[in-house]
Amino acid sequence: MSTPALDLKNVRKQFGSAEIIRGVNLAIQPGERVAIIGPNGAGKSTLFNLISGRFAPSSGEILLNGRQIAGLAPSQINRLGLSRSFQITNIFHRLSVFENLRCAVLWSLGYRYSFWHRLSALKVAREVAEQVMESIGLGWRRDTTAGLLTYAEQRALEIGITVAGGADVILLDEPTAGMSRSESDKAVELIREVTVGKTLLMVEHDMSVVFGVADRIAVVVYGEVIACDTPEAIRDNARVQEAYLGGHAPAQEPA
Amino acid sequence: MPVGLIRYSPINLGRWLVWGGFALALVIAPLVFSSGSSLSLLSLMGTMMIFSLSYNMLLGQSGMLSFGHAVYSGLGAFFAIHAINLSSSGTLQVPLTLVPLVGGVAGLLFGALFGYVTTQRSGTAFSMISLGIVELVFACSLMFPGFFGGEGGVSGDRVFGRPFFGISFGPQIQVYYLIAFWLFVSAVAMFALAHTPLGRIANAVRDNPERAEFVGYDPQRVRFLMLMLSAFFAGISGGLAAINFEIVSAENVSAARSGAVLLFAFIGGTGIFFGPMLGAIVGVLLTVMLPEFTKAWLLYRDFFHHDGHVRTGRHGQPDRDEPAPGIQGTDAACAACHAAAGRACGHRSDRVRDADRDDVSAVARRGTWHFLEFVRMERRCYVDACLADRDLYAACRRRIFSATTWRVSGCLGGCAGRA
Repeated sequence: MSTPALDLKNVRKQFGSAEIIRGVNLAIQPGERVAIIGPNGAGKSTLFNLISGRFAPSSGEILLNGRQIAGLAPSQINRLGLSRSFQITNIFHRLSVFENLRCAVLWSLGYRYSFWHRLSALKVAREVAEQVMESIGLGWRRDTTAGLLTYAEQRALEIGITVAGGADVILLDEPTAGMSRSESDKAVELIREVTVGKTLLMVEHDMSVVFGVADRIAVVVYGEVIACDTPEAIRDNARVQEAYLGGHAPAQEPA
Repeated sequence: MPVGLIRYSPINLGRWLVWGGFALALVIAPLVFSSGSSLSLLSLMGTMMIFSLSYNMLLGQSGMLSFGHAVYSGLGAFFAIHAINLSSSGTLQVPLTLVPLVGGVAGLLFGALFGYVTTQRSGTAFSMISLGIVELVFACSLMFPGFFGGEGGVSGDRVFGRPFFGISFGPQIQVYYLIAFWLFVSAVAMFALAHTPLGRIANAVRDNPERAEFVGYDPQRVRFLMLMLSAFFAGISGGLAAINFEIVSAENVSAARSGAVLLFAFIGGTGIFFGPMLGAIVGVLLTVMLPEFTKAWLLYRDFFHHDGHVRTGRHGQPDRDEPAPGIQGTDAACAACHAAAGRACGHRSDRVRDADRDDVSAVARRGTWHFLEFVRMERRCYVDACLADRDLYAACRRRIFSATTWRVSGCLGGCAGRA
């Protein structure tokens, strides 16, 4: 078996006396798409924060392609090939859409803190940014200030910033939060397109999105993973039905 | 792209027009406003424009509100004036045209030193720490008179060495063109810096430092680098101020000056690149022209000059009772010097008439700006005119270059008494 792209071993996180994450074990293979579902307050976003470096775990190991990343700074983890999006839109609101995406690619192209390169001369950066911009469908909004976009456009930009850097492991935190049905369907298409060949870990509440994208689903309840299996198996899992779906699971067809 | 296809890249005409217009305005401004005090005003505007632009690198581009930017320009000014003095005495060989660079490098080094500490935090904490640093440096400047010159500050003579193609940098117009040159170069450099990866990421850190972290950049490192570069340009402006006024005192590192540049940047607008330059022009005009329009200029004078710069002794009268000590020259030499200075300096200022030249207090009542102008031109006049008599020059030089103006008047008075 190959090295998991992302491996969580007995991760625990405590805030004061409250233990939010109580021993999570999760292994995600390269190229896999895993959705994390669970009731509110189960610790899904906290898990994302632990993986992406916003917090350090109280104990346990987090391995990215076999490398320890627990306790590293977010920028360092990002440089190792992990990128995340945010549940509450986190974009550079005073820069244009194009500039947002260009900022996202600069480090991955190796420019670092350079002040001796002229931005307008960086062809590769411009081309990658434009390519991502087209794929997220915001080419026609290239020079619009990001703060003036509609909500769905900002969510799309959020995803764009996340994938622009070319990271191998993508974490999406509720990418379709607040979207209408049609917007969600478009978002699912977008997510499937931009994560081709990459490892995807996604927190979602919308079941149609989950069933449309995920290879496997991990169910998190009270800081523990109670099941991690294919969507069909999860749907039939009694524990999951009881804990998450309240025991009254309607028969759901995948979107 | 197929070989043989001609690439058409239109020249960015707008950019060439704007920068060309700017350069043209810099060149012809002293020809349009050619009076002595206008030249001094333009020179002051020039140094403040560089200062404001460097401040906007922090405020508008990186989102760091600093209350202590004068530290870097002031320390740059001090290093520059010492470089001038060392070059005058022959210990160093720094040509005057490169003295602003000395200031710039000093600014850069102190930017690295203080910046490492101040950029550990952002937002309000950063602002307060920067205020603390400027007050700290200001307090230190009075504690180390060896380097900072104590209350009187450090004076120097910008005319040293042999003139370069006839340019000695004695006349104000030559200093103006030096300032204009450095202003253009600095403005181009800062504009270019805003369009580099670091400049753009600094904008990103301004907008959303957390997101910048998650795209691979350390916000603290970005802020640190921007502060160092901003301090470099602030040091250049400080060096030019040292050349322009030939004196640097604790006021150059004061919180008042930091507040002034903050005001100028906001007046002009922090969102566009040229904004702070306009703000500096307007701000300098306000601070200088205010005495013209209000009798409360004394109030504003004390707000802007709370140091020995403008001290007219007790009760606002120059201290004429104390004779200028140390004048060694003969009566004849003194008379000759005074007469030569009178001829040379009579037409210097169209605001300060000859009749008042010996009555310093009358000039002082006209306003701070005229007073400083008068003092500065008197100093320059006497230096130029009295070079013939080396002994008198050497003796008077100590007094002429002393910060407190009552000593200048004392020297004038001492000579006048014997003329």
